[in-house]
This record gives sequence, structure tokens and C-alpha cells, in this order.
Amino acid sequence: MVRDIVSALADLKEKEALKIVQERLSAGDDPLSILEDTKQAMGIIGKRFETREYFIPDLVYSGEILKEITKMVKLKLPKTAQDERPGKVIIGTVAGDIHDIGKNIVTFMLDINGFEVYDLGVDLPAQKFVEKIKETDANIVGLSGFLTLVFDSMKETIEAIKAAGLRDRVKIMVGGGLIDDEIRKYTGADAYGRDAIAAVSLARKWVGGK
Amino acid sequence: MTKTPEELYQERAKRVDDAIHLRIPDRIPIVPDAEFFPFKYAGITVEEGMYDYEKTYTAWKKTVTDFEWDEYIAPFTYSGSVLDYLDFKQLRWPGHGVKPTHPYQFVEPGQVLDGKEVYAPMSAEDYDWFLDDPSDYMVRAYFPKIAGALAPLAKLPPLHGIICYYQGVFESLSALGTPEVLGALESLSKASTEAFKWLNSFLGFIGRMAALGYPTFCLAVTHAPYDYIANFLRGTRGAMIDMYRNPEKILQSCEKITPWMIDAGVGGAKATGIPVVAIFLHKGFEGMMSEEQFRTFYWPTLRKVIMGLIDAGMTPFVFTEGDYTSRLKFIKDVPKGKVVYHIERDLFKAKEVLGDIACLTGGPPNSLLCTGTTEQVKAYCKKLIDVVGEGGGFILDPEAPLVDENPENVRVMTEFTKEYGVYRQ
Ligand code: B12
Repeated sequence: MVRDIVSALADLKEKEALKIVQERLSAGDDPLSILEDTKQAMGIIGKRFETREYFIPDLVYSGEILKEITKMVKLKLPKTAQDERPGKVIIGTVAGDIHDIGKNIVTFMLDINGFEVYDLGVDLPAQKFVEKIKETDANIVGLSGFLTLVFDSMKETIEAIKAAGLRDRVKIMVGGGLIDDEIRKYTGADAYGRDAIAAVSLARKWVGGK
Repeated sequence: MTKTPEELYQERAKRVDDAIHLRIPDRIPIVPDAEFFPFKYAGITVEEGMYDYEKTYTAWKKTVTDFEWDEYIAPFTYSGSVLDYLDFKQLRWPGHGVKPTHPYQFVEPGQVLDGKEVYAPMSAEDYDWFLDDPSDYMVRAYFPKIAGALAPLAKLPPLHGIICYYQGVFESLSALGTPEVLGALESLSKASTEAFKWLNSFLGFIGRMAALGYPTFCLAVTHAPYDYIANFLRGTRGAMIDMYRNPEKILQSCEKITPWMIDAGVGGAKATGIPVVAIFLHKGFEGMMSEEQFRTFYWPTLRKVIMGLIDAGMTPFVFTEGDYTSRLKFIKDVPKGKVVYHIERDLFKAKEVLGDIACLTGGPPNSLLCTGTTEQVKAYCKKLIDVVGEGGGFILDPEAPLVDENPENVRVMTEFTKEYGVYRQ
């Protein structure tokens, strides 16, 4: 049975997916159409994660297969056209913390849901967020953190955004390990998200409301 | 009449022992994992404590005796000097990437900080090397990655090349004699001398606390085999991908190291005479893998480690991190009254599933201890004591190790447990 890239990738059949890509490339198919298919597959993967059919390793592995495919077609994934992007999100792990697995998953999910995501990395001083808001005009900020000590880092980051006069321009969400709604209040963020799915629906809500 | 430290020691030890073995103690024991809390509480920085061990012990003694906890989990405050001599890559510590007041922090293989990978994970190809001759892999590939000072060990010939008879001796020794390797050995010698000093001062502290009437809950640590591979060798990402691309290799490696994990726990417990062995579970919860993956890659060898420790007369203290609710049905498959489970999320559900089988530990969320009011902390502890404390087999400790929670709330948690947690038969 010959299957298409969409279902092979969505079902995480690496060998099969790569074989089809190779065949299509040899047959002279347009690499861009291959990449369009992979985008569709990533959408299905995201949905399966939302319905708890897929788990984090499935997402990580799909990212890995995608990397192989983009290597083969020697092209970057086409960026969704600017006007189709629902919004820009800045995300990062706050100062003092280097846990990044949860944040990376949030980035991944926002990305496959079409958001333009600026992932700033880990252990970020508040100023990094401030600069990036100015630079990109993003309207959503996601702060990730797992250690108790980040409660204060998050609070300080949000205060720095306020001090820079940018607080009204952005909606801020917080999440990660020990964070909960109590901490959300403490930090002054707009919302707490339990997982990457919550992060996506918060971001959707915020851009929709605009 | 006031009790002597010796009497208090016996009383506290019995209280905890009763809970562990699912008997009803006089009251619910309180045994927090205070981890980095004592530093700020006693007004010193983590940096001071890592370089001047006595300062750490003074801070710990103050904390444990002020709060009068039943037992305490021994402070794993590593020696900064040892890390300096090794140019250690696997941790960031005060003065080396973190603020003086912040905890030292583990850095896993492949993690990127400031745009750079700190040290590389074991490659998937190297599974064969690791499986074939793990000690050789550790000495010549792993140590050079995780410690800058040991990088020259990568140049040694294979360890199995050390043959006997006199030419063998000369050849092997000459491989160690290059200026680079000699430099590495010199650093190793300094680090070892300091580590020996550190360990002895640490054991001295445990003895001093015992003389004051405070038993140590646990000291020895070991790992779930999957975590060992994911945390130290392959990194979280690498291990996740191995479950698809190299399932046989990661499973074989977990099997291979299972006896090591048992030996590490038993050895540590025998050396210190404290039979409780901690296993912190990092990468098996729902945020990290599917149930099917847990059942295949995580639980079988973890269970072997648990059973191996029990067979050697030890008590595994299995500290679940993250949400384990969906895993309870697996982890209940252990002998009754032999294991202690720390539950981070949903202790109530855990009590239902595990209550007859294992002693549980857990308590108020750290967020509540940071920002909650006295009344909120009391209400939370009350509910736990009423429900999870029912019929014994419960030790109260916070959701996650303490770092910089509000000391007042920690006091409330402690005193309320002592007052309200009394069993009235
Ligand atoms: C894996 C892990 C590690 C790994 C991290 C590897 C990595 N590359 O990130 C390693 C082993 C390196 C590690 C190190 C340490 N850790 Co750690 N770690 C964990 C553990 C077990 C899981 C965290 C994780 O990665 N989860 C995976 C994600 C995918 O799961 P998740 O949380 O469900 O993810 C979702 C949400 O968090 C949410 N989300 C995440 N970010 C955001 C952001 C936004 C905006 C939104 C809306 C949502 C959102 O979406 C995610 C995806 O659905 C937690 C336990 C816990 N309860 O969280 C401890 C934990 C966080 N660690 C802890 C500690 C103490 C440490 C160390 C300090 C230990 C040490 N002394 O070395 C170091 C510190 C390193 C540092 N500075 O960051 C403690 C913190 C205790 C405290 N009171 O502060 C915890 C709670 C464990 C414990 N019970 O002791 N750790």
C-alpha cells in the first residue's frame, strides 16, 4: 500500500515517510508541495496531542523526522504568510531556571498552530523580554519556569515590562511545573496555562479578542 | 520531665518506622526535604555553604532544631571546590553561572545555554560501546565530556588493552605518563582529596545530629535505569527518540545498568547504616511519555531496582516528580509495607490506590507555602491528615523540596501536623 506523506508522517512512520519523500523528489515533484504536506501532517499530530492520543515523545520524534525531511528537500519549511499568522508570541524560561522541555513543547504547539513564535531560550534576564517586545511588536508573552525561585523572576520580568511602558501592549501567560493560579496572581500575569494545549487556546483567545 | 536526646531519637525513629511499615504511629511524622531552604533561613548563601561545609551544617542544624522535624533528608550540598578542580560541566553552581543565593543546578547532556551546547550527549552509535564495555565508555568517553579537567582521559588506549606481564605494565603506565594525562590525574587527585574531606565532614554532621536526637531519613540515592540513561547519557530528547529509533538499545542499556543501580543504593545504605534509599523519578510521568512507553521502557527495570533493594533489606523511597496519577496502577505492584512513595500530585487518589500497600509522603504545594495564608496552609494540611493520614502509613512533607518558601508557613505546616496529626485510638 502506498501512502502519502501526510499519513506516514502523522503516524510517525519515519522510514516510510522518508522513502515517499525520496520517491517524490526523484519523480521531480515540487519540494514545496512536499513541505506543504508535512505541514498538514504536523497539524494532525498537534490535534492528536490535544486529544491525548499522542504524548510528548511523539511530538519530539515528529520534529526529528521533519528535520530529516527538510534536509532531504534542502529547503526550509515555507513560512506561513504574515497575514495568515494569527499573532506573535515571545516565549522563554525566566531567570535562574534552565528547564526547557515544557517550554519547547509550548513553542512547538504554538508554531504548528500558525503563531509566529520567538523562543528566547532559558535563564533569561527580564530585559531580554522587554527588548524583544519592542523589536517584534509581539502581543503575547509566555513565561515558563519550574523552580520555586522563578515565582520572583516571573514577577520581576512582568514588572520590567510594566516599567518599560509595554504592559498594556501584551497579554502575559505563565506556566511550568509548580506554577498555578496562585502564582499567576503573585506575578501579575494575565493567565496561567496548565499545558501546551492551554497555551494555544489562551493565545487563540487573545488574538481573537482583538 | 524533659526527654533526653537519646529518648527523642528513639521516639522519632519509631514514629517514622511505624508509618513506613503501615502501622499506626502516635502521630503523623513530619519529614520535609528541606534541600536549599536552610541557606536563606539561616542567612547564608548557597555559595558560602558549598565552600565552607561547616556553614552548611550550622544552617541545617539551626533549621532542623528550630522546626523540630521528626527526621530530615540529609543535605546534598556538594563541595564547590571538588567541582572547581574538575571543571565540572554537569552542574552550574554559585559563581559558575548562578547567583550566590541560588541552588546549584544540574545541566543535562545536549542542553544549550547562552547559545552553546554545554557538553554533548552520548551518541546513538555509542550505545554499542557502552553496552560492550561500560566502564571503558565511562572512563574514556563520559568523564572527558562532563569534566573539563578529565578531557585528556579521552586519549587513553582502551582499558581492555591493559595486559599483564611486565611489558603490559610498562605500556599501560606510559599511556598515563603524557603531560596532559598527568595533568588530569593531578586534578583528579586534588578533587578526590577534597571529596574525601567533604564526605567525612558530612558523615560527622549526621552523627552530631543523631546525638541531638534527630535521625536521618535517608542518605543513599539511586536511579530508575531509564532516568540514568536519559539524565546522564542521552539527554531527555535523545532518550525519547531512542524509544522509536533504537528501542532495543535503550532497553538493553536499562537492563545492563539495573544491577549497578541496585548496588549503588545498597552500597550507600550499608556505608551509612541508614536503610532508606531515595529514587527520584524524573522522566516517566505523563508529561514525559505515554502509558505504553512507561510500561515498556520505564517500569520494568525500575521495579527490578525496587525489588533488588528490598531483597537486600533496604527501603526504597520512591519520589515521584510530576503527575503520577495514571501510573498508580503500575507502581502498586510492589510488596506490602516495603516501599515509601512520595506523591507530588493528587495524594487523595494515591491513597485510594496505594494506601494498603505503601506508605505515602506528600503535602502542601510549594506555591501555597510561598504565598498562602496561615489559614490556607492549615486547611490544606487538615484535609490531608484527615484523608491520607487515615489508618497510618502517611508522612507529611511538602509537594516538592523546599527552596525559598515562607518560613512562617513552613512553621505552620510543622506545628499543625504535630498538633492535629495525633492518632487517637
Ligand atoms: C525533567 C526535570 C529536570 C531536568 C530538566 C531537563 C530539561 N532539559 O529541561 C533536569 C534533570 C536537568 C532537572 C534539573 C533540575 N531540577 Co528539575 N525537574 C524536572 C521535572 C521532573 C519535570 C519538568 C519537565 O521537564 N517537565 C516536562 C514537561 C513537558 O511537563 P509539564 O510540566 O507537564 O509541561 C507542560 C506545562 O509545564 C506547560 N508549560 C510549560 N511552560 C509553559 C509556559 C507557558 C506560558 C504555559 C502557558 C504553559 C507552560 O506546558 C507543558 C507542555 O504541555 C520536574 C518535576 C515537576 N513537577 O515539574 C523537576 C523539578 C522542576 N526540578 C526541580 C529541581 C530542584 C531541579 C534542580 C535544581 C535540581 C538540582 N539541584 O540540580 C535542577 C535545576 C535546573 C534548572 N536550573 O533548571 C524541582 C523544583 C523544586 C523547587 N521547589 O523549586 C522539581 C519540581 C522536582 C522536585 N520535585 O524536586 N530537572
